[in-house]
Amino acid sequence: MLNRLRQMLIKEFLQVFRDKRALWVLIGPPIIQMLIFGYAASYEIRHVPTAVLDLDHSQESRDLIARFSATPYFDVRTQLTDREQIREMIDRGQVTVALEIHPGFAALLRKGQTAPLQVIVDGTNSNTALIALGYVNQIAQGYADDHQRDAMQRSSPFLLARLPAVELESRPWFNPNLESRWFFVPGVIGSLLQVMVIVLTAFAVVREREIGTLEQIMVTPIRPREFILGKTLPFFLIGLFDAGMIGLVGTLWFQVPFRGSLAVLALGLMLFLLCALGIGLFISTVSATQQQAMVTAFFFIMPAITFSGFGFPIASMPRAVQWLTYLDPLRYLLVVLRGVYLKGVGLDLLWPQMAAMAVLGTALLGVSVLRFRKSLD
Amino acid sequence: MSWRRLMAVARKELIQIWRDSRSLGIVLVMPLAMMLLFGYGVNLDMKHIPICVFDREGSQKSQDLLKRFQSSDYFEVVRAVDSYPALVKAIDSGQARMGVVVPHDFSERLRTGETATVQAIVDATDDNTANLAIGYTQAVVSDFSQRVQLDWLRQQGRPEPNPPLAVDARTWFNEDLESKAFIVPGVLALVMSVIGAFLTSLTIAREWERGSMEQLISTPVTPLEIMLGKLAPYFVIGLLNTAVCAVIAIWWFEVPFRGSVAALFVSSALFMVVVMALGFFISVIGRSQLAASQIALTATFLPAFLLSGFLFSIDQMPAVIRAITHVVPARYFVTILKDVFLKGSGLSMLEGELLALALFAVALTLLATRSFKKKL
Repeated sequence: MLNRLRQMLIKEFLQVFRDKRALWVLIGPPIIQMLIFGYAASYEIRHVPTAVLDLDHSQESRDLIARFSATPYFDVRTQLTDREQIREMIDRGQVTVALEIHPGFAALLRKGQTAPLQVIVDGTNSNTALIALGYVNQIAQGYADDHQRDAMQRSSPFLLARLPAVELESRPWFNPNLESRWFFVPGVIGSLLQVMVIVLTAFAVVREREIGTLEQIMVTPIRPREFILGKTLPFFLIGLFDAGMIGLVGTLWFQVPFRGSLAVLALGLMLFLLCALGIGLFISTVSATQQQAMVTAFFFIMPAITFSGFGFPIASMPRAVQWLTYLDPLRYLLVVLRGVYLKGVGLDLLWPQMAAMAVLGTALLGVSVLRFRKSLD
Repeated sequence: MSWRRLMAVARKELIQIWRDSRSLGIVLVMPLAMMLLFGYGVNLDMKHIPICVFDREGSQKSQDLLKRFQSSDYFEVVRAVDSYPALVKAIDSGQARMGVVVPHDFSERLRTGETATVQAIVDATDDNTANLAIGYTQAVVSDFSQRVQLDWLRQQGRPEPNPPLAVDARTWFNEDLESKAFIVPGVLALVMSVIGAFLTSLTIAREWERGSMEQLISTPVTPLEIMLGKLAPYFVIGLLNTAVCAVIAIWWFEVPFRGSVAALFVSSALFMVVVMALGFFISVIGRSQLAASQIALTATFLPAFLLSGFLFSIDQMPAVIRAITHVVPARYFVTILKDVFLKGSGLSMLEGELLALALFAVALTLLATRSFKKKL
């Protein structure tokens, strides 16, 4: 048996490595995708293009605007002179935020009354708008606090000295600078691994069927068990190799910290690979042509990535969809990846994920192998 | 060029799509599936963020503050812990995304007129949720602080001062700041990328791989006729899909549609030509179906997803990547889609983007025709 399996493995590896283009497919796209994701996928909000319409021209109004330009969040690009320009600039997408200070702003402040600050936000990108509005409120709050303190300092300094206050000290753990890259890079390892392994496994079998070589293999003494092992083992190894390669790019190029243990990560990846191989094999049993296999794989992969928590929080999905995510192996791998990379946690906290992947992997692989053997007969 | 031969190729292709149930499935079901997937699955405005609280004082004042977290829509207090290690564990295991720690001398400090510091320990693995959580927490805490100060001033017999500043924020185009309205229009670009590039790239590669290309070459059909004939069915299907997607977006997801149907139609047709020409070119150079489909995904779907402003704003990308986005056709189409749906832009306001798409269409069509030679 070992000898036949070895022959089968040699054939599979030969097939993968002989085709220069296919070889490129194994190495090129993952690296390119990793680079694009690392650079482009970001929810960070910095330097939001901002326009200012200051109709008050006072010390106070300039002071307030200066606070906006002093932060990295707003990039005060344009000083406007009339209100029509705001509409024009936002319509054209030249600025995302416009601040408008009405005449009499300083006068109201000096009288101790409430002065309005009008903020117009382009809500097309709801996430940018939401976070930018949060920053606007923080800056305005800071300005108001300082103004109030100044006024009190002048009128009744003895009171100010005894004024109580509550302050927030926020500590973002695991990712102190709130970098999106740290969130996405470990996730990319998982989603790329899923795409590669499912597609390669499904194609490897379907190609034989399409070209007609499957029948030739059937007449050799190879047993179904050996055939299945021969078709999955190479991709298991290639998957691990790819994961290592992308992982190195993440750590060496993007400087994403790796805080956990390599062994835990390897265990997680292997358990996940069982699931991915099972899915790939399953797709191969229901597809007659490569195009069908590709289409089916795509139909599976898209939702699997969307529902995995890769880029969109599971907690804000509708309840029914949240239940569905429990069937998604990638969901668990992402928890393991982020846990190992960023949190540095070990098996004591990650065992539920490992167990879930082991169960899913066994079930998927089991069903696929049964179906597969039937399709060979 | 003969119209009859062209139609014959188109008919053959159509029959091939029709007979292959799965290709038919992808063109019929996929638009629907993608719309539902992104409409329901992608929601970035996090509400009910799970948090745990650690009240080290347990006084009236500290409970007052923590009640504000409980009553907020943005947070859901899943646990109250009584030790620091328990808080660490809740965050490490992902049970809670944030831990709020009230210091043991909270009310004491407020009584003596000092500043009490409340700690928010945030799991920043997901930076976007962390960012939102910190913003919401900041708002809760400064509101509370203000309340404390006003109460104190009143006790001192002082008049309540007016708040100096009132922020009057108005959100345009997407008034309720819904992720849905931001995401769903862009899905049209994704659907068309898949139909256009992905499926077409497989069609030519399939003929090469199966050897039926030789049979085609031995017929009097010219390369141009093969190309147009093979692409025509996908063009029609792509536009029909756009219409279906637009209908789902408007009636099912209730995304506002404020612009003109003409602008949507013209830009969709242009974009369809762009992705089809690209898909065709890829299938010619890729030869094998595996290579062609991989390249097609990497060259069209991925940029449409990542580099088009569909989800991640282009403003925020590094300069090099921003420069690259200019050669991503989907970038212009996504801008058009969002403008047509939300801003109500007409053809005249979108000149720049339409021109860019037209240029891509011409250039890629030329490239595709050039590369496709009828020889072995």
